[in-house]
Amino acid sequence: MMMKRLILIVPLFLLATAAGAASLSLPPEAETREGALHALNRLGFGPRPGEVDQVMAMGVGNWITRQLQPQTIPEPMALTARLDSMSSLAATDSELINHETMLRKDKSDSGEAAHRDYNRTVLYEAQASRIDRALLSDRQLQEALVGFWYNHFNVFRGKGYDTVWVGKFENEAIRPYVLGNFRLLLEATARHPAMLYYLDNWQNSAAGSRGRKGEEIGLNENYARELMELHTLGVNGGYTQKDVTELARILTGWGLRDRAEPMRQAFGMQRQADFSLVFDISRHDYGDKVLLGQTIKGEGWREVERALDILAASPATAKHLAFQLAQYFVADEPDPHLVNSMATAYMRSGGNLTAVMRAMIESPVFWAPSTMGHKFKTPFEYTVSAMRAASVMPENLQPVMGVLNQLGQPIYGHETPDGYKQVESAWLNPDAMARRLSFATTLGSGHIAGQNFTVDDATIRTALPASLQPQTATALAQSDPQLRSALLLGSPDFMYR
Amino acid sequence: MQRRQFLATTLLLPLAGAWVARAAEPADQKRLIVVFLRGAVDGLNVVVPYGDDRYYDNRRSIAVKNPGKDNGALDLDRHFGLHPALASVMPLWQKGELAFVHASGSPDPTRSHFDAQLFMENGTPGRAANPDGWMNRLLGVMPGVKTPSSAIAFGPQIPRILSGPQTVANLSNANDIGRQLPIDKPGVSEAFAKLYGGNDALSRTYQDSQQSRQQMQMADAAGDDKEQMAANAGAPLPNGFPTDAARLAHMMRQDPTIRLAFFQLGGWDTHINQGAGEGQLANRLKPLGEGLAALAKGLGPVYKDSLIVVMSEFGRTVHENGNGGTDHGHGNVMWLLGGEVAGGKVYGNWPGLATDQLYQQRDLAVTTDFRTILGPTVTRHLRLPDTQIATLFPDLPANGTAFSSVLRA
Repeated sequence: MMMKRLILIVPLFLLATAAGAASLSLPPEAETREGALHALNRLGFGPRPGEVDQVMAMGVGNWITRQLQPQTIPEPMALTARLDSMSSLAATDSELINHETMLRKDKSDSGEAAHRDYNRTVLYEAQASRIDRALLSDRQLQEALVGFWYNHFNVFRGKGYDTVWVGKFENEAIRPYVLGNFRLLLEATARHPAMLYYLDNWQNSAAGSRGRKGEEIGLNENYARELMELHTLGVNGGYTQKDVTELARILTGWGLRDRAEPMRQAFGMQRQADFSLVFDISRHDYGDKVLLGQTIKGEGWREVERALDILAASPATAKHLAFQLAQYFVADEPDPHLVNSMATAYMRSGGNLTAVMRAMIESPVFWAPSTMGHKFKTPFEYTVSAMRAASVMPENLQPVMGVLNQLGQPIYGHETPDGYKQVESAWLNPDAMARRLSFATTLGSGHIAGQNFTVDDATIRTALPASLQPQTATALAQSDPQLRSALLLGSPDFMYR
Repeated sequence: MQRRQFLATTLLLPLAGAWVARAAEPADQKRLIVVFLRGAVDGLNVVVPYGDDRYYDNRRSIAVKNPGKDNGALDLDRHFGLHPALASVMPLWQKGELAFVHASGSPDPTRSHFDAQLFMENGTPGRAANPDGWMNRLLGVMPGVKTPSSAIAFGPQIPRILSGPQTVANLSNANDIGRQLPIDKPGVSEAFAKLYGGNDALSRTYQDSQQSRQQMQMADAAGDDKEQMAANAGAPLPNGFPTDAARLAHMMRQDPTIRLAFFQLGGWDTHINQGAGEGQLANRLKPLGEGLAALAKGLGPVYKDSLIVVMSEFGRTVHENGNGGTDHGHGNVMWLLGGEVAGGKVYGNWPGLATDQLYQQRDLAVTTDFRTILGPTVTRHLRLPDTQIATLFPDLPANGTAFSSVLRA
């Protein structure tokens, strides 16, 4: 209980004091219609009808300043009502897993069906809430960052218990931290059961330890390696195989409470169903370690804190994160000066992610004509931005999830810890082109998921740049007016943001 | 019915027929299918060195037992045995059409899945910046008629191995290949054809998409075993690879211009509880073996012209880890299967499993660079001159490289 509270309070405190409140210094081209459209496209999931005008009216700089302080932006009723209607979102990790485990035990046909249904519902609600927030939340930058950071700390929905945990991982370990300090985000992911389970660290034990059945157990390198390669330093971040092994030793015993059951019984503690983080001293390697040249005394869970400190404070981490953020928000091959300025902001601020975002947004590169409209949308960005532009918010999101599946970007569906790629070459291919245009056609017709919507091409037009590419203009002029919405949503102007 | 009507009205029908007619030269009929096991399959439990006692010393709970024992390995050559879950490919081994190259892999030392995969796909180990894949470069120099579906990637994305300037088709869901999409409706396709009639990247992708979909649909619908295919497609299948493999085989048989194909299968990163003769790894190997057998059978008359390669980015630790699994290692086993393969043999130079014989004292050493096998085998199979090995794998040292093809002379 204490632990959960702590996690929720700390980032809010940090956010309130973060660099977000100071006014931004933006180049003049930011305060134009194209600038407003660019901000909505890059720092969120594209405009809904009328939003470009609203952002222009309040000032692009003011809109962004507010986006950097998401806690000051109220969530619309339409969103909170939808989220409230999904009961699994309010359940705790332990409640979800206990229910899952209970259903799993019933091996009758009806029991197995109930188990499947339960997992399917929990996973559907998690995915639906991701889509709903992207569609309806006014905290657009926060949601774009959730997309980025979930992917950075990817957990796969198809691995065992993670089916019911991926949504909790996003809500508890990612969303509260995306504009706070990276060190806290890193620790939130490190201690979440979804991550402990996904990369096997719950099993990682000092060589020669004994398992629950008395069997010999030992080291597991999986999480230690990805923690450096993917989450912090980057693959060329200067660590060796020896560092991987040393970090794995540091992480021994950093696991799930369930594993520590015999110890709890030994201390006469009450059995409680709880899969939160536990540090199991009986499986920890208490020898000294050397990580990236620094000696870490064997003293238990503080070693993990120290290791995370070292990793979060490394310039290699700053550079790795800066590059990835710039690639996600700015360009497939981001300008090295931009990456440097973001990495510098990271180091100067001690890992403050708002400062990093500010450095990116204040860079003239972000607002350059060669940047605007040149980033190919990922399948998620494409489908969500199309629904926003057309003002189509279906009750049943299953068909949208199906499209994301066909396009290769199912939510929580990337199997390996590297996450989805964020570049055009990963997403532009013949099959995807046919399926994107088919989605545009369906959406443009207003018939989706068994519901009918009024889709108006003049409204969609406001979500696109003032001047369209010649081929788009020609095709629109020569086509059946009924197809204009489909053509706009399927146009090259809309495929890029 | 709807599907046939749709196919009958396709404008490209005569053109596709011409492709078929022109692709008659023997050199133009060679096929290559690569199956990539992403996540680093544990090669020591695929082709098991049961003759090496140290294998059993290192793997107390996960070793595959000796041939003859319960769930034991299937003997290959009195030293190596095949994982029992791969029984479905044993007939191919016995016919001398399946070969393995053990202790093979990349010369690059990385234990990152993602870098290691990249290096095996771009064909330039250690050089990440090279954006093209060696199969795309192969497509560029391959003799014969090229169509937008001469190379097909199974999956919603084009993997690095097939990325590059040559056009490649892909199938996000092979099971719905015949289904009409909203853009196929009259009026809609014409409107998008106007929008994407240019020569920019999106327009070209759109045009490739229209052509390759039609070509693949025709190949899929052609032939006299349609009832069988329909029956398969309707049945609930536990795993996608055997079905996709059978579908590809059918398409390759019907359309000789479909020459290269790529599959990727995941789930090999067995850090915990990988099992021995049974268990997690066995459950993954079984559909792999069945898919390969389905491919060999389904290719029928063109099997003799086909080469099938199974590869993975690196192997796993010789010693099992603390959780009944294995961590990232180095050397691995590569598989080669096909009508021209000099099979029934485990190739390679076995380095041994004593601690001082291991790479960095923990992994199976790489004694055969994957490029020195694939380079000559693939080029010879596709009737390309040896000089094209450098097109596929440009960084291979020109001198002192021991090449060996595993094709029959």
